[in-house]
Amino acid sequence: MSGNKEEEDPRINGIKTRIRVVPDFPKKGIMFQDITTVLLDPKAFKDTIDLFVERYRNKNISVVAGIEARGFLFGPPIALAIGAKFVPLRKPKKLPGETIFEEYELEYGNDRLEMHVGAVEAGDRALVVDDLIATGGTLCAAIKLLERVGAEVVECACVIELPELQGRQRLKGKPLCMLVEYR
Amino acid sequence: MSGNKEEEDPRINGIKTKIRVVPDFPKKGIMFQDITTVLLDPKAFKDTIDLFVERYRDKNISVVAGIEARGFLFGPPIALAIGAKFVPLRKPKKLPGETIFEEYELEYGNDRLEMHVGAVEAGDRALVVDDLIATGGTLCAAINLLERVGAEVVECACVIELPELQGRQRLKGKPLCMLVEYR
Repeated sequence: MSGNKEEEDPRINGIKTRIRVVPDFPKKGIMFQDITTVLLDPKAFKDTIDLFVERYRNKNISVVAGIEARGFLFGPPIALAIGAKFVPLRKPKKLPGETIFEEYELEYGNDRLEMHVGAVEAGDRALVVDDLIATGGTLCAAIKLLERVGAEVVECACVIELPELQGRQRLKGKPLCMLVEYR
Repeated sequence: MSGNKEEEDPRINGIKTKIRVVPDFPKKGIMFQDITTVLLDPKAFKDTIDLFVERYRDKNISVVAGIEARGFLFGPPIALAIGAKFVPLRKPKKLPGETIFEEYELEYGNDRLEMHVGAVEAGDRALVVDDLIATGGTLCAAINLLERVGAEVVECACVIELPELQGRQRLKGKPLCMLVEYR
């Protein structure tokens, strides 16, 4: 996992082979990393979750924050297995209660990530989960939301990293754990 | 579960008390059933999943289809526990590969639910999962998609039912399993 030189866990190659790359989605030039094909293989999906659970189960994580919508596929199973609460971080106007938001940049314009007030408390130890890290903009917004309410972000966890986009540098110094790189 | 007169599982009340009702969201007159507060209680969240897993683990379910986005919170943990594949059913233009779609009615206008071609195969035994059933329109669209590719929809599973909206009648004869009613 995560760029160490130690021998890679044998489950990782099985996961990597299940990722489907879709050219020119959502627009020309982008090689989209489709994880839905991982979810179609119960062993590959289970291995993905297990790899993260093994890493985090003894780290006293009290909250797993998952980024809408594909972070919702991986975050809750991890949270359930390690006994943490799960907090969805959502696009604007989806969460029904009182929210706080953090803006982040898109290629053209901005978007916002929202979190329910009271879901995360000062002193919570947080893991942020998404399917993929590209520029790191969304993950950075997630880290800011969690830190604003006094949580400590322990790590970010993604199935896939696009290292050429250097998202890892935009995580406010927080470490990133990923399973599969795509260059 | 699901409207039988037999004694209710004691875990159900614990789940029910964690659901937060938010008045007038997304608009006046709607009492929105917020399940994010269930996810904040690791025991309540685990109990929710366990109740469904116990029901489905011996029913040879080969695919769990979850409806974006809150179906993604409950569907994958169920799929993982019963060894089924998970298929996300999404709003238009989110899925990167070739898709089929089914239209359904909103209060004003229509929307579409999409599924990847090839994700579900003829002969698959399917469970459809969402957080809540209201009118049943979205669940009906999901059933249509699955049946079109030759799957057998075994049951629909929702945490919450709004029985006054009679969604249960719109499921093409498929049974519904729910944990909590809201009247």
